[in-house]
Amino acid sequence: MIAEFDTPSDLVRAAQAAYKDGWRRMDCYTPYPVEEAAEAIGFHKNKVPLVTVVGGVMGLCAMFSLETWIATLAYPLNIGGRPTYSWPAFIVPAYEWTILFAGLSACFGMLALNGLPSLYHPLFNAPNFRGGATDDKFFLCLEALDPKFDVAETRAYLESFGPTSVVEVEY
Amino acid sequence: MIDPQTGEFRVLAPGQTFKSVTAKIADIVLTPKLSLGWLAFLSIAGSVAMLVLVAVTWLFLKGVGIWAITQPVAWGFAIINFVWWIGIGHAGTLISAILLLFKQGWRNSINRFAEAMTIFAVVCAGMFPLIHVGRPWLAYWLFPYPNTMNVWPQFRSPLLWDVFAVSTYATISIVFWYMGMIPDFGTLRDRATSKFAQYFYGLLSVGWRGSVRHWMRYETASLLLAGLATPLVLSVHTVISFDFAVAVIPGWHTTIFPPYFVAGAIYSGFAMVLTLAIPLRHVFHLEGLVTERHIDNMGKVMLGTGLIVAYGYGMEVFMAWYSASHWEFFMMWNRMFGPMGWSYWVLIFCNIAFPLTTLWVRKLRTNIAFMFLISLIVNTGMWFERFVIVVTSLYRDFLPSSWGTYRATKWDYATYVGTLGLFTTLFLLFVRFLPMIPMNEIKMMLPAAKITPKAETAAGAGD
Repeated sequence: MIAEFDTPSDLVRAAQAAYKDGWRRMDCYTPYPVEEAAEAIGFHKNKVPLVTVVGGVMGLCAMFSLETWIATLAYPLNIGGRPTYSWPAFIVPAYEWTILFAGLSACFGMLALNGLPSLYHPLFNAPNFRGGATDDKFFLCLEALDPKFDVAETRAYLESFGPTSVVEVEY
Repeated sequence: MIDPQTGEFRVLAPGQTFKSVTAKIADIVLTPKLSLGWLAFLSIAGSVAMLVLVAVTWLFLKGVGIWAITQPVAWGFAIINFVWWIGIGHAGTLISAILLLFKQGWRNSINRFAEAMTIFAVVCAGMFPLIHVGRPWLAYWLFPYPNTMNVWPQFRSPLLWDVFAVSTYATISIVFWYMGMIPDFGTLRDRATSKFAQYFYGLLSVGWRGSVRHWMRYETASLLLAGLATPLVLSVHTVISFDFAVAVIPGWHTTIFPPYFVAGAIYSGFAMVLTLAIPLRHVFHLEGLVTERHIDNMGKVMLGTGLIVAYGYGMEVFMAWYSASHWEFFMMWNRMFGPMGWSYWVLIFCNIAFPLTTLWVRKLRTNIAFMFLISLIVNTGMWFERFVIVVTSLYRDFLPSSWGTYRATKWDYATYVGTLGLFTTLFLLFVRFLPMIPMNEIKMMLPAAKITPKAETAAGAGD
């Protein structure tokens, strides 16, 4: 069941109220990031930083050990008797790979945590969703999986917030 | 100017709504019409880009002997152009990453096409070292991979560091750019009327639906990528400067190179953003989104980085004297008054004398025609900076018996001019088929996006 609002403030107020009334299986859909709405539905932390750190450390270890292995074991070069394990020279590529792996993990980790790419989502069945969710409308969705859900009651509940419309989504 | 509704500095022209922003930006892409002007520009740029195809084909057939590179100037146009193009790219990353970290909201209007500029500049730049290696079909030997020859790359060489720096830079720039466009692809998908556009942008948008949970992860990822791209962009030009600074040639072997290369890169990059932004806002009527304040701010950044570059030049001259090295001193004298001294004075005029005296004046910084002119002058000047560094350091080094000169051939010019055409072609395709201004970030800055604690209407029962 989705309710459509014209302004972000209306959405945030409705989301706060619904969260306070015990709704948990809910989500907001906005055309740009509305931090207050995420706060309102109790979404404070995400795992993207963790994924990024893990990626960065992996890149660092991968490149530094590759360089060390090549320079000391696989293809040691004796240049005027200088040490083969010349770690200061290895820093630059290791640094670049730290950033490369961390950056790729941040982007693809974000997409994976979001469950994207996805070819289908029931929300797109709602007639008014595609018209506004990525343009200038703000949606609050109370999902049928929530124990408090009941078609008639939820509709009345959402209508009490004074939205532009309330639509039941095929699912 | 303070916006009365939000109490913040106003960057965008007033009177815009979420809907008008979407319409303005999306319709440039979604209109089925092909404007004659765009087609004309595309065909001109495309023809110029053919030059690079011809020049590179001939190069592959004949080898690098068709260029002017020989002893003592073994690095010529290819390296000059490589450094110049990469430098131009850096402003895009600076705008998208560093200014995001500093919460400079005004960047939101220009960051997308600045990032696109980065990628296309890196495309042009990356080509040069590859075609310069002599046997470009073996360029993959630069990468460490197990092979039957049982040899591995030499990780102590700055030239190999370059491979990793530039390839990482290209990858991260593309990822950052694409990730930034995902929500806008969603908007285009929902707004498109033709079936093909719906499929095309639908695939690119990977099913984005604007859930705030997604948005929060997306915001975190953008911030992290910005935080990663910032040290990356500084390291890339630093590593490129190591290509020179690690060598012992007078004029190259100096510690001022890394910071001065980075500042110079940002200087020329901002000039290129202006070169692109000024015609774009005019042609697509985006004056409300890319305002005079943007142009003014970019002028200020150019002034700041230009002064760092001026300090770099000053330090080079100072060290030539202070080092008490005969070779350093001669290099500087030769650079200024030798047979190629003219190039040094072109550089001083274009990078220092003209821009750093006029950019102080606010009236001139907000004069659009003047800023366009200055952007072209600075880009010329920065090209000459690389020319001076590469050629005038090499052509008269230690032994007078090995002195020579450098005279670029028609193939050098054809390759260089061709990449200008390639860059323009890619950019024209970008403005026509991809959203050139991030809609979601502009919407965030509109006064209507401010969350008000309680409006008099529409406050419901659960409030």
